[in-house]
Amino acid sequence: MRFHQFDVVVVGAGGAGLMAALYASKTATTAVISKLYPSRSHTGTAQGGVGAALGNLEEDHPEWHTFDTIKGSDYLGDQDAIEFMCNEAVRAVYELEHMGLPFSRTPDGRIAQRPFGGHTNNITGKPVRRSCYAADRTGHMILQTLYQQCIKNNVTFFDEFQVLDLILVNGVAQGVVAIELATSEIHVFHANAVILATGGHGRIWKITSNAYALTGDGIAIALRRGLPAEDMEFFQFHPTGIYKLGILITEGVRGEGGVLINGQGERFMERYAPRVKDLASRDVVSRAMYLEMREGRGIDGKDYLYLDVRPETVNKFAALDGRTRPDGSPYRVTAEEILSKLPDIIDFCRTYLGIDPVQQPMPVQPTAHYAMGGIPTNRFGEVVIDEKNKVLPGLYAAGETACVSVHGANRLGTNSLLDLLVFGKYAGLKAAEYACQTQFHNLPKDVADFALEQLDSLRRCKGEGERVSVIAEEMKEVMMEHVGVFRTAEGMQQALTKLKELKERFRNLKLDDCGKVFNTELLNAWEIGNLLDLALVTTASALARKESRGAHAREDYPKRDDKNWLKHTLAWLEENGEVKLRYKPVVITKYPPKERSY
Amino acid sequence: MEVKVKILRFNPETDKRPHYQTFRVEAEPTDRVLDLLEKIKGYQDGSLAFRRSCAHGICGSDAMRINGMNRLACKTLVKDLGKATITVEPLLGLPLIKDLIVDMEPFFEHYESVMPYLVNDEPPPLKERLQSPEERERFDDTTKCILCAACTTSCPSFWANGRYVGPAAIVNAHRFIFDSRDRAAAERLRILSDQFGVYRCHTIFNCTLACPRDIQITKAIGEVKKAIATGSLD
Repeated sequence: MRFHQFDVVVVGAGGAGLMAALYASKTATTAVISKLYPSRSHTGTAQGGVGAALGNLEEDHPEWHTFDTIKGSDYLGDQDAIEFMCNEAVRAVYELEHMGLPFSRTPDGRIAQRPFGGHTNNITGKPVRRSCYAADRTGHMILQTLYQQCIKNNVTFFDEFQVLDLILVNGVAQGVVAIELATSEIHVFHANAVILATGGHGRIWKITSNAYALTGDGIAIALRRGLPAEDMEFFQFHPTGIYKLGILITEGVRGEGGVLINGQGERFMERYAPRVKDLASRDVVSRAMYLEMREGRGIDGKDYLYLDVRPETVNKFAALDGRTRPDGSPYRVTAEEILSKLPDIIDFCRTYLGIDPVQQPMPVQPTAHYAMGGIPTNRFGEVVIDEKNKVLPGLYAAGETACVSVHGANRLGTNSLLDLLVFGKYAGLKAAEYACQTQFHNLPKDVADFALEQLDSLRRCKGEGERVSVIAEEMKEVMMEHVGVFRTAEGMQQALTKLKELKERFRNLKLDDCGKVFNTELLNAWEIGNLLDLALVTTASALARKESRGAHAREDYPKRDDKNWLKHTLAWLEENGEVKLRYKPVVITKYPPKERSY
Repeated sequence: MEVKVKILRFNPETDKRPHYQTFRVEAEPTDRVLDLLEKIKGYQDGSLAFRRSCAHGICGSDAMRINGMNRLACKTLVKDLGKATITVEPLLGLPLIKDLIVDMEPFFEHYESVMPYLVNDEPPPLKERLQSPEERERFDDTTKCILCAACTTSCPSFWANGRYVGPAAIVNAHRFIFDSRDRAAAERLRILSDQFGVYRCHTIFNCTLACPRDIQITKAIGEVKKAIATGSLD
């Protein structure tokens, strides 16, 4: 076992983790611990852009961005935090540009912006160009730029280390326990501040845009240490995943004029969102797609639809909508323009579907994409652990792992990159400030025992048990079927029973690999255990919420119920495997809840 | 259809040297090679070790030799290989650790050696620094790099001498050398004119063929060579 001491440790090296590390390392000794090389993190797959009201192409204001985000959240987002994020957005984007991020440019050399779902001109209600982009690889550019800046600033990295446990001493965070993948050696990182930035957990579901690595490690670790998870029932299904594969096709395709088409050749979003149509928020579009498919209007009656960005289609509907360019001329595109703005999408379609999107429409279906819920924090990234927002000293969370909450019941496109920039930065600043004025506590002798116990319980080689992949498949099936876009009490009850059975079976696994060097089988099994815990908490939270709001759509309770449910869920996973639920109020400042329509 | 997957295995804890093992897997023509590896690991032999994450060609984790060519396992479909047996081996030129996992540290050290970050100490404006679409286009191709190492580990010059910085590092230097906002081009060019810099490139083009992002790597290296030779970035 090896010991390390830093003022701050950051767990995870995606956008939030790197941003936190960049800021923390200005004043505090900082280590980043990541199970992947930083450049492999899932931030890199974000495509369409980061939202900020720069107003480079038309009138826009942070106040409009704030209102759109609150409305998008179906009024479950905390309005103080949302206002803070949208005000900070402009500075965050300029700062990235100064760090070297290669944004696409307007003809006069400024940062280019495109329309995205749910982002509107608050006077006309029409889509506004707010998403700052670098072609369709904005996340890649953000991840690369932040990693580059961390190298420039000599941030210390522990790459390919899996964090297994959080160290709490007398109710204060004091570091983490990790395993080095290459050797299985256990490392104890003693630190006065810990920032959890481990990303999402879309791998709970069968069809997902999420990387294999997105197994909710940070949330699972926190739950096992008795901390709550907030609003876990709200998980976003992105409307346009590649059929069967779930690979993300950016909303930017619709921003550039692409439309969704059903099996009857109809642009059905006109019926569901008459004003913004295909650029309604994601929960609205995903539900509309499910309803179309359920009515037999999928392509050939199957469970997919077309996303059509062929120039003739784009131009036909742009003309019908009266869409114009910033200079007032009619919006018309050519195949070349589509190719230059969406090069990676074209590449994915050619590779995985063998089609060319400027000549053929893309088969798509909703795909599990983003956790609105997570570890509860305030707007400075400090983790809060009860209904009164009591801070746990020394513990921070940022990015998809965290729930501030700025996304409420449904996140708007481009706000995830914004979230990780703003709250990654503030978590880093706050953590460093706190860590530098705090004394280290002595660590108990058994500091690594809980982590080791977890691994030992999995490491029963040559046992008679079953393969973890079988359990994982069954979890993904049942979650897709019963805790997906539409939900009922009956289905979720079935899912709950199944998950408890799977958790029981998980205690008796058969592993082939007994080695120490890159025992990826053992660590994959541990990750599946995390997913099972999060699936359980998600389902229990969802079953209890008897209303429909944002991404949580119940067929047995189809209406939003502000009287009883305008509140955040807090869920604790108890040692006996039961989920305990409590609730805390939503922060409402200037915008009283209204009916939501697009 | 049934596919045979022949994998070069090596477990440093039990094996003296690498050996091939063949697995039979039920596959669709549209399956990714990564899907086959996952099926083998999940249902036949859990000890098979490889890196993977995003599974769609963006994270750069799963570069390996597939039928002798460096490719990403998640971007290579069974139908594109057109053979009954698919041979999968680890990347060449980096120390082998286990099965398909090689030591990436030398690769990242080379990357870090070329100052792969924007250098500009002038006080920034209140808003963005301006850059015309043409200036932005100048280095667009090399911004696409995902650091998968497919290029560097396909390069015979790198195989011959691992101190050569390799194509990926040069690509990442190019990305900043030709960025109108950067001020450290001269320093990077000095680094790359070293005996282990660009002149180790003998325009073999393996890197360009190997790149899963279709970056014109040999061209980029040529542009860096020209900049060193002429002292000009035009």
